[in-house]
Amino acid sequence: MNAAGLRRDELLERWRLFGLASPALLIVLVILVIPVGWLFYVSFIGADGGFSLENYERMVARKSYGRIFYTTFQVSLLTTLLCILISYPLAYFLSQLPTRIANLCLITVLLPFWTSLLVRTYAWLVLLQKRGLVNEWAISLGIWEEPVKIVHNLNGTLVGMVHIMLPFLILPVYGAMKAINRDLLRAAANLGASPTRAFWGVFFPLSTPGLFAGSLMVFILCLGFFVTPAVLGGGKVIMVSMKIVSNIELFVNWGAASALGVVLLVLTMAVLWFAARFVDFQTITGGRQ
Amino acid sequence: MMLRWLQSPASETQVTHAQRLWLYGFSALAMLLLVVPTLIVVPMSFVDSQYLEFPPERWSTRWYKHYFGSGEWMLATRTSFMAAFLTMLLATPIGVLAAYGLHASGLPFMRLAFVLLITPMMVPVVLVAIGAFYVYVKLQILYTMTGLVLAHTLLAVPLVVIITGAALKIHDMNQEDAARSLGAPRWKAFLTVTLPQIRFAVITSALLSFLTSFDEVVVAMFVSGGDNPTLTRNMFNALRDQIDPTIASISTLMIVMTTLIMALAQIFGSRKSGE
Repeated sequence: MNAAGLRRDELLERWRLFGLASPALLIVLVILVIPVGWLFYVSFIGADGGFSLENYERMVARKSYGRIFYTTFQVSLLTTLLCILISYPLAYFLSQLPTRIANLCLITVLLPFWTSLLVRTYAWLVLLQKRGLVNEWAISLGIWEEPVKIVHNLNGTLVGMVHIMLPFLILPVYGAMKAINRDLLRAAANLGASPTRAFWGVFFPLSTPGLFAGSLMVFILCLGFFVTPAVLGGGKVIMVSMKIVSNIELFVNWGAASALGVVLLVLTMAVLWFAARFVDFQTITGGRQ
Repeated sequence: MMLRWLQSPASETQVTHAQRLWLYGFSALAMLLLVVPTLIVVPMSFVDSQYLEFPPERWSTRWYKHYFGSGEWMLATRTSFMAAFLTMLLATPIGVLAAYGLHASGLPFMRLAFVLLITPMMVPVVLVAIGAFYVYVKLQILYTMTGLVLAHTLLAVPLVVIITGAALKIHDMNQEDAARSLGAPRWKAFLTVTLPQIRFAVITSALLSFLTSFDEVVVAMFVSGGDNPTLTRNMFNALRDQIDPTIASISTLMIVMTTLIMALAQIFGSRKSGE
């Protein structure tokens, strides 16, 4: 057999191997790519059945849509910020512990992580309701006197979402911190850096890849969130996903729902694309379990 | 003793424990806030009254009996288990094959195929749900087990591809070449040399596929129903109406189940492939 024949054989073999991925690719194609492509098409079809931009124009013209996008970004951004504020110190604390103890403490992060999101949302609904535990405890501790409405509004939604998103941030940040070589801090201290300076000058910059990857993950997941705001928001916090669902379930308006879906998808992809210039995607995909 | 500990250095930069007390307090509080709301439904599920109270004034298993006695909840539970099991059986081999194929072929557009395979994880799940709903109406598989399992497989495949892909990356493919040069066909080399070495990753993927399907809400809301409603779908609908203590008992059972599954995954997953 000559060299060309061998090369052809090798290429054939590579293609055959690639073929092993075809069942998976087929499922993605049939249940994701084609339907999303169809939604894209439907979003440009008007009420009269012809090509039209009315579904998008409505989004710009109606104030209610603007508010939905504003809410979505507001909730996503606040959740991400609160998660960063809580996760970073906690991950730092965990990273300083001896591995054995840290692994024990990590159970407190993993337990909520693998518990169903619906179960945790339900738990918050129970905790935050008017006759719920939080109100009861706050009153008995004298923090407030009358039962306060903490659920079925923005605050309740935020509390639930932060709780659900925390593990997505703690785990990658912890991983990044664990990988930092502690001798660098010793060296910094040796060279006369104050603890504060050593932290901000050496430790923090080295932990940012994990922080970026985790925050991005949280933000993206928040943008498309449905269950928690639907249950804890009590109809007052309307995010894009919820509007998409109600457009279909209540109004059977595929055009409006599709246009919203397309915008949500484009926004998500834009955030990912923007972030890809700063973060290596492998850290994100590898950051999840 | 305590005082000496407080003044001893806690970090490489000689910060003392005393200076870090705020961090310890904050972290303890954060961990408490992570765990307590997750587990609070467990004691609450044993109330005897119509309302969820903590601690329950009178303990009983009334709501568990209600759950196990309800045909509707049992049907949903059966659907969820069935869908999760079938999703596991479908997503694991498909995902492992894909991960292996992409890893071994090394074609230039392999990265693109990888990205395509993990997009179901990036696309907002609502879009997956309404997209699947539309296709299923056309294919006439709406509210069927087939449709539900296919959609959940779509969501589980990225996890399998990522986890097995990572294991393959650290696996030495030369071993397979060695087996093949000794006359083993490729499929045999894969089954007897590579697969045993990545088995922990495969088992972890299988367990996570099961959970992905079992816990999934939004897609199930659209494509399950009729004779095949899932547990999560029914729970979500019940949550919209009122706070039913039955949900607390179902939640408790779900927590127990996931903890068992994840403990298994942790046991298998923490062992490095190849050991």
